[in-house]
Amino acid sequence: MILLLIPLFPLFGFLINGWLNKSMPKGLVGWVASLSVLASFGISVYLFIQLLSGANEFQFTVFDWMAAGSFQVDFGFMVDRLTAIMLLVVTGVGFLIHVYSIGYMNDDEDYPRFMAYMNLFVFFMLLLVLGDNFIMMFAGWEGVGLCSYLLIGFWFKNDNYNEAANKAFIMNRIGDLGFLLGLFLIYQTFGSFNFKEVMGMASTYPRYDSTITAITLLLFVGAMGKSAQIPLYTWLPDAMAGPTPVSALIHAATMVTAGVYMVVRSNVLYALAPFSSEFVAVIGLATALFAATIGLKQNDIKKVLAYSTVSQLGYMFVAAGVGAYSTAIFHLVTHAFFKALLFLCSGSVIHAMYGEQDIRNMGGLKKYLPITHLTFLIGTLAISGVPVFAGFFSKDEILAMTYSHSFLMFTLLAFGSVITAVYMFRLYWLTFYGEFRGTKHQLEHLHESPKVMTVPLMVLAVLSAVGGFIGLPEIFHAPHFLYNFLEPVAAGAGHHVSHTFEYVLIFTSIVVLAIIIYSTRNYYVVKGTLPESDAEEKGIARILSRKYFVDELYAMLFRKPLDVISGLGYRFVELGIITKTVDGIQEGINTAANGLRYLQTGRAGSYLFIMVIGFLALMIYAIIL
Amino acid sequence: MNILQTIPLNHYIMLSALLFSIGAMGVLLRRNAIILLMCVELMLNAVNLLFAAFSVHHADGGGQVMVIFIMTVAAAEVAVGLAIIVMMFRKAGTTDINLFDTLKW
Repeated sequence: MILLLIPLFPLFGFLINGWLNKSMPKGLVGWVASLSVLASFGISVYLFIQLLSGANEFQFTVFDWMAAGSFQVDFGFMVDRLTAIMLLVVTGVGFLIHVYSIGYMNDDEDYPRFMAYMNLFVFFMLLLVLGDNFIMMFAGWEGVGLCSYLLIGFWFKNDNYNEAANKAFIMNRIGDLGFLLGLFLIYQTFGSFNFKEVMGMASTYPRYDSTITAITLLLFVGAMGKSAQIPLYTWLPDAMAGPTPVSALIHAATMVTAGVYMVVRSNVLYALAPFSSEFVAVIGLATALFAATIGLKQNDIKKVLAYSTVSQLGYMFVAAGVGAYSTAIFHLVTHAFFKALLFLCSGSVIHAMYGEQDIRNMGGLKKYLPITHLTFLIGTLAISGVPVFAGFFSKDEILAMTYSHSFLMFTLLAFGSVITAVYMFRLYWLTFYGEFRGTKHQLEHLHESPKVMTVPLMVLAVLSAVGGFIGLPEIFHAPHFLYNFLEPVAAGAGHHVSHTFEYVLIFTSIVVLAIIIYSTRNYYVVKGTLPESDAEEKGIARILSRKYFVDELYAMLFRKPLDVISGLGYRFVELGIITKTVDGIQEGINTAANGLRYLQTGRAGSYLFIMVIGFLALMIYAIIL
Repeated sequence: MNILQTIPLNHYIMLSALLFSIGAMGVLLRRNAIILLMCVELMLNAVNLLFAAFSVHHADGGGQVMVIFIMTVAAAEVAVGLAIIVMMFRKAGTTDINLFDTLKW
């Protein structure tokens, strides 16, 4: 019963803010929105504690959703250990971002609408993670897609933003088609959508079973869309058009990780399909590297973080692909902390800079934004994998897991994390060090954000700093909390790597990171090198800053042919056939009516005459026939 | 034996048809609204006569009931019609129906 309350709180928040909208007192809007998420967080913590103290799972069926013959879908909720972790992340990080939004969006004229959408998003995300069957998950999956669309296009007066929203929505539809086909195949194979029933039946199938392989591949197509993997990743960087809290909540911490959650949730299936798993890992690896290299040459503060998100999602899929499911969730959690933090910091910077997002016009912000600077630094250290910060543990675990899977993958992935550190420190030095490069007006008004924004930053900074301790590697002789906690639902591969290897890994990563930090500082701060303007870029830099021209490639491959086809359709079918038919009918009636209207002479005499003629005609008709 | 029944039914029918035709031709050919009204009255009464004749012929009172109804309706119709004609005359100084033709396409 208590499970039902978790999604209900944000739903009520949405209804209150959505209905009353601007007639709500402005101060109250933020409270309603934040507290509704906080209430869900409270329940999630309660359930988490129950699970810690031995409970296995909670289940609650609200009602029969659909029933047709043998087809039956329940509107049921389930909280097992995996869900509990997701619940804590969604509601916990979600709450902090809601509080932050109170400060960030307060001056916006549509502030209540924004908060309502955010609550609606949390509702759907909770539906996604709480559902006890694939259909519930799909409902939440589509719901978060809708909210993502609404929030990317939140400032709908700007056409570019609307296009970004459309792009996100359409790209996701492509993925969803795969997901949906996967669901159909699941039903056809197992006759059920319930997670437990499906997983129970699947375990009787042999490994390498072709049906299971097809199902997992199709499901992963859905994950490609939602979690922005090659080839469907291009919507995520564009999604940065939305307000920054949206980027933090939806496009970094929660929604985009839904794909990872889904793969981990179906880990029984993936474990049976080595080919699919390998495919997941390869796509994840390619995305991780591809996006990281693009991140090297982006000059928009949010775009760098966006590509970094795409790349980090790739890491999670590599972990899931090599069978280390708890590691994928581990990285999902720590990533939610530090990426939400980084996005919120960038929001704070943008707020202070009056909407400026280009790092070439920033610099030297350390002096003016001390709290933002410090928290951003912690986030940067965490994502780069500097020891003791959260990202270090999760990323090292992924590397270690990959090492025991394939040496080539490990090397590439390690190279990817080197790039990650480079672009993150490039961003950090360019934003916070050196001379201020903005306009005079911006300089005069530089200010630290209000408390309502900085406090969530500080909380997230603390989480980014210590969040890694939920999964200590073996060499520290402490129990790996997360692995043990998740073992009943998503254990996957054990995390045993040789201790020597762990030491070597940690030692080299420290050395490499030190070199990166030193050299990037040398390059961007001491020498004061600035990224060249768009026109000056050439060679590889140009390819990278233009994102490998993937958008252009897609435009040429898909949009152009579609344009041509629809142009032909317009000219020949629409104008040639449909318009002519419809217009022809209209013109015929018009001509006939024009002729007939002269019957109405206005003279009573002629009407009488026609009437008598008519009567006569009727009489003759009656007599003759 | 009723006196009415001494006259054959055919004669009534002939007379009714004649009266009705005179009325109908008047409606079609005359243009004065008052004459028109009178012609309509003639047609109605032709029908009344027929009703009465058949009522007697079949020894059925229903036909005579209809006659009373028709007379009532005719009275109401004439009252409204005459009122309209009075207004027409006040407006235009004539009762020629063919001059009132503004309600057209």
